[in-house]
Amino acid sequence: MTAGVSLADLGHFLPELILGATVVSLCLADTLMDAQSPRKKPLGLLAIGGVFVAFLACLDSSGEMASAFYGKIAIDPLGSFFKLVFLAITAITILTSALSKELPERNFGEYYTLLLAVTFGMFLMAGSNDLLIAYLGIEMVSIVSFAMVGFRLRNKRSSEAALKYVVYGGAASGIMLFGISLLYGLFGYTDFTEIHHALNAWGVQYFEQGLATGGSPFPITLLLAVTFIFAGIGYKIAVVPFHMWSPDVYEGAPTPFTAFLSVGPKAAGFAMLIRIFIGVFIPEGEGTGFSAENGIMDFPFDLPIPALLGCIAAATMTFGNLAAIPQTNVKRLLAYSSIAHAGYLLMGFVVLSESALQAVIIYVVFYYFMNVGAFTVCQAVRDLTGSEEIADYAGLGTRAPLLAVFMTVFLVSLTGLPPVAGFIAKFYLFYAVIEHGGYWFWALAVLAAINSAISLFYYFNIVKAMWLRSAEDETPLQVSPIYSLICAAMAIPTLIFGLYWTPVSEPAKEAISIYRSPKPAGIAEAPLKPQEPTVQIAESK
Amino acid sequence: MSNSNLLTIMTFLPTVGAFSILLIKLLKLKVPERTFYGITIATTFVNMLLAGKLWSEFDPNGGVQFVHHFVWIREFNIEYFMGVDGISVSMIILTTLVSFLAAIGSYNITKKPAGFFALFLLLETGMMGTFCALDMFLFYIFWEVMLLPMYFLIGVWGGPRKEYAAIKFFLYTLAGSVLMLLAIIALYYTSKSMPGIELTMADGTKTVGDHTFNVLSLQALGQAGLFAGANPILGIAFSKIVFVGLFIGFAIKVPMFPFHTWLPDAHVEAPTPISVILAGVLLKMGTYGMLRFNYGILPEAAKWAAYGIAVFGVINIVYAALVCMAQKDLKKLIAYSSVSHMGFVLLGMAACTPQGITGAVYQMWSHGIVSPMLFLLVGVLYDRAHTRNIEGFGGLASFMPEYSGLTGLAFFASLGLPGLAGFVGEVLVFIGGWGADASLGNFQPLVMVSVTSVIITAAYYLWTMQRMFLGKFNEKWSNLNPNLTLAERLTLWPLAVLTIVFGIFPMPIFALMNPALHELARIVVSSASA
Repeated sequence: MTAGVSLADLGHFLPELILGATVVSLCLADTLMDAQSPRKKPLGLLAIGGVFVAFLACLDSSGEMASAFYGKIAIDPLGSFFKLVFLAITAITILTSALSKELPERNFGEYYTLLLAVTFGMFLMAGSNDLLIAYLGIEMVSIVSFAMVGFRLRNKRSSEAALKYVVYGGAASGIMLFGISLLYGLFGYTDFTEIHHALNAWGVQYFEQGLATGGSPFPITLLLAVTFIFAGIGYKIAVVPFHMWSPDVYEGAPTPFTAFLSVGPKAAGFAMLIRIFIGVFIPEGEGTGFSAENGIMDFPFDLPIPALLGCIAAATMTFGNLAAIPQTNVKRLLAYSSIAHAGYLLMGFVVLSESALQAVIIYVVFYYFMNVGAFTVCQAVRDLTGSEEIADYAGLGTRAPLLAVFMTVFLVSLTGLPPVAGFIAKFYLFYAVIEHGGYWFWALAVLAAINSAISLFYYFNIVKAMWLRSAEDETPLQVSPIYSLICAAMAIPTLIFGLYWTPVSEPAKEAISIYRSPKPAGIAEAPLKPQEPTVQIAESK
Repeated sequence: MSNSNLLTIMTFLPTVGAFSILLIKLLKLKVPERTFYGITIATTFVNMLLAGKLWSEFDPNGGVQFVHHFVWIREFNIEYFMGVDGISVSMIILTTLVSFLAAIGSYNITKKPAGFFALFLLLETGMMGTFCALDMFLFYIFWEVMLLPMYFLIGVWGGPRKEYAAIKFFLYTLAGSVLMLLAIIALYYTSKSMPGIELTMADGTKTVGDHTFNVLSLQALGQAGLFAGANPILGIAFSKIVFVGLFIGFAIKVPMFPFHTWLPDAHVEAPTPISVILAGVLLKMGTYGMLRFNYGILPEAAKWAAYGIAVFGVINIVYAALVCMAQKDLKKLIAYSSVSHMGFVLLGMAACTPQGITGAVYQMWSHGIVSPMLFLLVGVLYDRAHTRNIEGFGGLASFMPEYSGLTGLAFFASLGLPGLAGFVGEVLVFIGGWGADASLGNFQPLVMVSVTSVIITAAYYLWTMQRMFLGKFNEKWSNLNPNLTLAERLTLWPLAVLTIVFGIFPMPIFALMNPALHELARIVVSSASA
């Protein structure tokens, strides 16, 4: 940790700065432009240019290990990896938004500004090394998303979705803030690194004392703090019981933004979960944590967090899959499916091993390709037929064969069948769970396996409609070649990564390797301050 | 063509065919109407010739041959590993033969022919790969790759309840295969080097983390007792629960009672060539997988489970035969008779005697010839009459003599008349079952019960013949074409000849697979009890 903010800090912050500059210039350009002049193209180009430059900056710094701004922001392969994913999803969203017929032309300035602002928020979430930065990031994503969800003006569903999102979001972030304040109260720090040190330096003593004397609030407070913080993130990644908003929001939001929402903030939530759960709670010292032989991290103090997450994961995937079965609207179906996928992903945090978190990162990448692809097809069909109902997908195989083929690839991948990427993602996750072993983990693995068989049923409802049913109106649909290109850009990696995925799995391994003990170089210099806690819990008895 | 590439070429030649069809379609080339049919026949024919080459150059006593082996994903020790032993060669010959005949039998597919034939060829790739793969991960991929083409082939080109049948087939198989996947991962994770068994990759390097997907290594480890002593899962012995996981995946494919209900639906709705492939090849994958993985890797658990497998085999044999008695739909009758005949495979495998296990695989082989013929025959009649209701016919023997003769031959082969292919497998299973090692349990009551099926089978086939071919001719059908077409003759006669040839001269197949099979039976019987 350096004393004060230096220019080097700004250098580390370059991708964020570029994004910020793009946001500002979009805003300015929109204001300066003639009210009647078209905005979609010039501003879209500006936005995508900014994203592209930020991507290059991110790529350039992807191997670095550093911390910036008093250690509040971590610069490491983990963050860079997620940031590249965020930029990829943002770029695709800019393209699909420009094609969308749901968005009014004259509002594209605001739309792009807000979209890039969300991306900025996600960057903060993935890069945060401090509770407050994390909270700032999550709020930035949430508040801007509220506006984006309600972007279809005078559309009742859109407005309803936005309102629901606000209400749930407000409650969730309140709970999270309470959790943060508890954690601050316990340790006197908001910095993850400091909390981590404190926990290992004297937290153990307090914890044991608390257990021994009985009635000490330390253990239960720690548990509550973690649970409450998880509630805030759980809302972002849409796991049961914080999922209620997602079907309505996914259905009501403009389709390109739904696609964004289903991948971007979700991935950011998982990145933050890694930062907090591993960064704060990983045991310190040689031979512990990921350096242990099997690479499994034990949660300190036997806090029942993994058990809690296990129950949530099981409930989430089962609920998501069962609730998706009766859906007739494709967007709604994909909303429930994305809840189910969050459940699978959460399994990685139950296991908390290096391979499990690697699996989570791989899953996020593959999920990006298949889910964004599926939403893009959904949007293309909506533009052509005006409908999102599964029934109206009937005969798509003859009306727009290319789109139907792409959709089939994405759905097969979402189901997790080989030889496409979705299978590899599930394979890594299942492997991690089985590698950990133990009664409950086996039960979880079997449940997840059964769940992926269940998911076949509803995904193939769409496939069935597209290929097995014939439409009343057999006229071929004129699909815009840009839609086909975007879908191909999503489908080809989905297919290739199903057969050769080392290009993703290796960087993912590298990204998570920062938590191998001894502590990562960038954060390791931080001095261990044996400091008394601000709140004197032990003496308060 | 070097021998190390032969299996790869045979596996991916159909894929090349499929992609050339798609390319023609994509480029919107003007081609004659029957081009796709022709490409498919040509591809499957070349594959059959290559299978002949494989057979002629294969040395039954030489262990695993025609190996093609290289590292694919190093991080997980996944390799591309193709190779065959006697069991796989017999199945590959069957696959290419049945695929070729089914391709000829697709002459009346006129709806979306490009899609049909492309999927058909992809299906052949999946089947070939499944029988060649010696890496469990690779095996699983090929195993699953078959599902999607099958779903569409039933779902798009099937009968009235095609949607239901297609998704039912898919769900059943997938539910089994996800359990199989967990079992495969468990095997991988538990595998580690043992004294004398060093885990290495194709390029000679050590495996990452000392785990392997290599089937031959896993078999060596399993036979050395590694999995018998591994940590239990969910409180049950490791090898037993992994055995059950794999077994359910395979049993659904066989299909074994109580997982058999997808089969009649799939068969009844599938178009004729797909029924042919389903009955001729796909069902055998289940029993092939059991022999290769359950028996080869977990011999002591196989010994533990043998009696259970035999009991389910007997239920398959007798129950399905009884169900056949009640069928009015000819195709459904033949579908259930498949279930019954696959029961013999399970019984013979479970007995683990040289005769039993040879009989089991010979039954797979003979059923692979006879049941495609039966389904083709059903197709012939259905194409003409557009009904399969047994009661609706009568006196066809004088009206369609050639057809009636061939059907009679197929029925007699299926009911196990001596001198025809079906007899050899059945009688060997009975003999083998009777002589099963006492350490596996008392098989004699089971054999006695299953022998009753000979009578039941004869009863339903003879009764069906009586209703369809004898008696008074139903004048409603007098305007049907009584003669077989060229394509029908080309598919039926070769099978009829093979049925007779392999009924009286089974030695070539025995010679091919016996060394591998007898070794397998010996390993299971001599393994320590789990």
